[in-house]
Amino acid sequence: MNLDTLLPHLGEWLRGTGPESDVVVSTRIRLARNLADLPFATRATAAHKAEVVSRAKDAVAKADAGHTLEYLDIPALPALDRQFLVERQLISRELAGGLEGPRGVAFDPTETASVMVNEEDHLRLQVLRSGFALDEAWRDIDRLDDALEARLSYAFHTQFGYLTACPTNVGTGMRASVMLHLPALGLTKQIDKVFRALQKINLAVRGLHGEGSRAFGDLYQISNHVTLGKSETKILNEIREVIVTILQYERQARNALLKERRQAEHDRVARAIGTLGSATMITAEETMELLSAVRLGIHLHLLDGVPVTAVNQLFIHTQAAHLQKIAGHALDGEERNAARAKYLKTKLRELGTHRQ
Amino acid sequence: MKCQICDNPATVHLTEIVNKKKRALHLCERCARERNLIADPPGPQLDLKALLNLLMNPFPHAGPSGGPADNVVTQAATDACEVCGLTLAEFKAEGRLGCPHDYDTLRPTLEPLLERIHRATAHSGKEPRAVRVREWRRQMQAAAAAEDYEEAARLRDLIRRSSSGQ
Repeated sequence: MNLDTLLPHLGEWLRGTGPESDVVVSTRIRLARNLADLPFATRATAAHKAEVVSRAKDAVAKADAGHTLEYLDIPALPALDRQFLVERQLISRELAGGLEGPRGVAFDPTETASVMVNEEDHLRLQVLRSGFALDEAWRDIDRLDDALEARLSYAFHTQFGYLTACPTNVGTGMRASVMLHLPALGLTKQIDKVFRALQKINLAVRGLHGEGSRAFGDLYQISNHVTLGKSETKILNEIREVIVTILQYERQARNALLKERRQAEHDRVARAIGTLGSATMITAEETMELLSAVRLGIHLHLLDGVPVTAVNQLFIHTQAAHLQKIAGHALDGEERNAARAKYLKTKLRELGTHRQ
Repeated sequence: MKCQICDNPATVHLTEIVNKKKRALHLCERCARERNLIADPPGPQLDLKALLNLLMNPFPHAGPSGGPADNVVTQAATDACEVCGLTLAEFKAEGRLGCPHDYDTLRPTLEPLLERIHRATAHSGKEPRAVRVREWRRQMQAAAAAEDYEEAARLRDLIRRSSSGQ
């Protein structure tokens, strides 16, 4: 597969629609699975890993799960393509870089499902959806899991459930994560209070690219911490309840912003669009912060003519690997900042925002 | 009460149960935070290595024979997994298991750790089809023995459907 064919499109999860999409960007569920008769990654030889790849390729090719999954060999990909897959959320940073030996990813062209092979676990299944769609994502990944399990023998323990390389994932092996855009809670300084409450009930909060990454652009991923002792349905219900509450807080904060400082908010959004459309050098971080203001402006009806899908596209296409693929060659940091500014200017002009 | 690592006042109190023995940890907030036993918002993942080290040796100044955790370490460190060769010391260093069999080999260490991480030690949720079918077979035999033929037939059909991949 030539990854350049993915470039002009956006994954299904970024179409900016789906339930509660004014706040919930996307829903992701991941399942960690291992083969019963092979060592985990820490003690696997290159031959073991090659065997995992061989069985996984065969299983994904024959699995009937409503997806056509295409396998890509990660070590054979140029670094830029690997980074591109990370930016598309199809693989982890670890699979792209830190790990060695045979490994790969199988994913469908709509980018709703992927299977990482030889990440920390032999298999990491993932399903992505636009908006708040935990049930739909669970149905989809459960089906994919069944289809793969019909051809693979999973490591399963009657007491501990699905066995994983790290004890933090054992049991269901499931990590459900909802990406939220929470600018109003940030602006009204209530976000820390929300995080403290989430930690008390054992939910994790992270930035866009998972563990250790900063939450740029008011985007936060909220996911379950516990994987053992609760069924998948119970875990999903607990997350759902919490997200519904956060949605209410964010919307209340947005209404308060409109009521109490509409003019100031309007000004902030207009300045964001102005900077994005006129800068000649701009960093990825500043772009994300400004696009966050634009996204909020759209949902507060302070801005016309910019669809959410366009914001999502700008958000993805202004990341480092995407910019370099668009340019067709490698760019250093300064060149990327210039290319990013040029791309934003062109796209916003096409959308007609310069007349705002 | 003083922190068991430095001498500051202890404000974080943790209780662990290892081999049915209750053990309490009293730490100041700084020492607990440095070992990621309490998180800064937004929270990073629990640092498994720090937790394991603390579980194995909660009294770092107590010397080689001084701590109450010594029995656990010396007893289990010699027990390498017969399948992958992972030892408890290696698990402590890496925070990762070597193969599915380790869950049985290291069960005495893992159970309190799982209790700490998940507040549970037993799975509840999805099972692979083969495990589900085995359970249905057992239930079918029990239903037939109790002359509940309707239930036995329902389970038989369930097993057939599952075997044909429907």
